Amino acid sequence: MRDLHSFLSPPAETARRHGPHDRIVMSSRVRLARNLKDSAFPGWAKKNERVKVLETIRPAVESLPQMKDAFSEAMDNLGALDRQILVERHLISREHAAKSAGSGLVLNSEETFSVMINEEDHLRMQALRPGLQLKQAWAAIDEFDSSLEKKLDFAFDPDIGYLTACPTNLGTGIRVSAMLHLPGLVLGEQINPIIQSVNKLGLTVRGLYGEGTEALGNVFQVSNQMTLGENEAMIVERLEKVLAQIIEHEENARQTLLERKPKTVYNHIGRAYGILANAHSITSKETMNLLSLLRLGVDLALFPGTERSLVDELFLITQPAHLQKQFSDKLSAEERDLMRADMVRERLKNVSRPIVKSRPPNTTN
Amino acid sequence: MQCSLCKEKPATVHLTQIVGDKMHKLDLCDSCAKAKGLNDTAGFGLADSDFVLGLGAAQEVEQAAGGVELKCPRCGFTQADFKKSGRLGCPECYRTFSEGLSGLLKTMHKGTRHTGKTPEGMRATAENADRMKALQKKLEKAIESENFEEAAQLRDEIKQISERSTAPKNLTR
Repeated sequence: MRDLHSFLSPPAETARRHGPHDRIVMSSRVRLARNLKDSAFPGWAKKNERVKVLETIRPAVESLPQMKDAFSEAMDNLGALDRQILVERHLISREHAAKSAGSGLVLNSEETFSVMINEEDHLRMQALRPGLQLKQAWAAIDEFDSSLEKKLDFAFDPDIGYLTACPTNLGTGIRVSAMLHLPGLVLGEQINPIIQSVNKLGLTVRGLYGEGTEALGNVFQVSNQMTLGENEAMIVERLEKVLAQIIEHEENARQTLLERKPKTVYNHIGRAYGILANAHSITSKETMNLLSLLRLGVDLALFPGTERSLVDELFLITQPAHLQKQFSDKLSAEERDLMRADMVRERLKNVSRPIVKSRPPNTTN
Repeated sequence: MQCSLCKEKPATVHLTQIVGDKMHKLDLCDSCAKAKGLNDTAGFGLADSDFVLGLGAAQEVEQAAGGVELKCPRCGFTQADFKKSGRLGCPECYRTFSEGLSGLLKTMHKGTRHTGKTPEGMRATAENADRMKALQKKLEKAIESENFEEAAQLRDEIKQISERSTAPKNLTR
C-alpha cells in the first residue's frame, strides 16, 4: 500500500499555491455526482454490491490520463489519522472519512482531482483550484466526466438528468463552491445579512468543513443549492457573480473598519498575535480563529515581510490530525494543545509584532 | 382557499416571492403564518419558504400513492425508507416514485427539466425525446381540430422516430 503521507504535498507547498483573489477566496471546487445505471445507491446497496461498484469504477478512474500516478485506495485500508488528514485538506468529505468496505478514493498527485467512490453516490468527482477559478474547475471536471462516461454507464434520464441518491443533487449533479475568508464582514457584524441575502439567491453558506459545520477561522463555503432546471455554465456564472459581490463587500468592510474603528481592528489583530506568539497551550479552534486575524493583519500590511503562506501553512499543520502526524506517540487532546502552542510560537519567532499606522485625520473612534 | 401548511384553516396570508426568475406562492392561515414569523415579511428568506414548501411536498409524496405503499420493483426501496432517509434506493426509484417526487422537485430546484450536460451516448436519444414531445403535442392539436390528414402524417413521423431510436439503442447498450 502506498503511503498517503509521502504522497501528499507538504503543507508548506500547499500554502504557497496561488490563484486569483486568493486574499479572500482560498479555493474553488466543482463536484459532480454520478451513479452507475444498474446498481443501487451506496446508502441502500448491500456490501457485496458496493464492493462490485468500487471494483468497476476504480480501474476506470485510474485509467484516465489525469490520474496518472494517482493515489488510489479502498477506504478500509486507510487509518483513521490518514482519513482525518484528507478531511483537513478538503480532499474528502467528513461523510466519506466515515465509510468502510466498498468505498474508495482516487487522488491525483497535484491534488487537483479527487474522486470519492461510494460516498452518497457511486461517484463524487471534484476538481480543485486555488483562489477564484470556478470556470477552470468546471472545465476540468467536465472533461474528466466526459472521458469517464466512455468507460462507465451512468444513470441518466433525458427529462431529469443524472440520477442521484438524494433528489437535491438531481439533474446536473453539480456543486460549485468557493471557500472564502471573511474576517472583515465578521468583525464589521455584516456577515449575517450577507448570508441571508446569499440564501435568498438560492445559494448555501456553510462552515469550514461543509454541511453542518462551524465557520471556524471566519472561513465560509458558498455553493449552489439547486441542480436541476439550469445548466452547469449558468450555475457557475451565477455563483461567480455573487462571489464578486461578496469579495467587494469584504474589501469594503475591511476598509470601513480601518477608517472608522482602527483601534478595534488593531486591538483584535494585536491580541491575536500576542496569544499566538506567547501561548503555551492552545486548542485548534482558538488557533484557527486567531490565525484568521493574523491573516487579516498580513492582508492589511501590519506584518511587513510576513507572507500569507506562513499563516496558511499554520492553519493546516495546527489542525488535530496534521499535528498528530508529526509525532510518533499518540497524543491526548491536552498534549496536542501544548505541542500546538510550541509549534506556533516557534513559527512566529521571526514575525515582529504588528505595526500600527498612525490614525488618519478626520476620523473618530 | 386552504392553508398550504396545515391544510385545515382557510388561508388569509398570501405570500409571493420571486427568486431569480422563479415565483414561489404560499397561502397560509393566520396561525401558521405567525408560527413561521410571516408577520414580518421583510425578514422572510428563501430558506424558510423552502422549509414550508418542503413540508407540503413530503405530504404530497405520501398522498400520491393513494394509501398503498409503493415499493421499487428493482431494489425493494419503499416510501417509508425515503421518508426516513430522504435518499432513494436506486436509479429506477425515480420512475417508481415519480408522481410524488415531481412536487418535491418543484420546491427544491429552479425547474423540473434537465437542461445541462447529456452523456454523449444519450444525446441522440435526448434530442429524439424532445422532438417526440413536440410532435405529440402537434398531433393532439391536429386531432382536436379534426385535421386528420396532418394527424396521419404526424403519427407516421412519430412511429418512424420511435423505431429508429429503439433499434440502435438495443444494439449499443
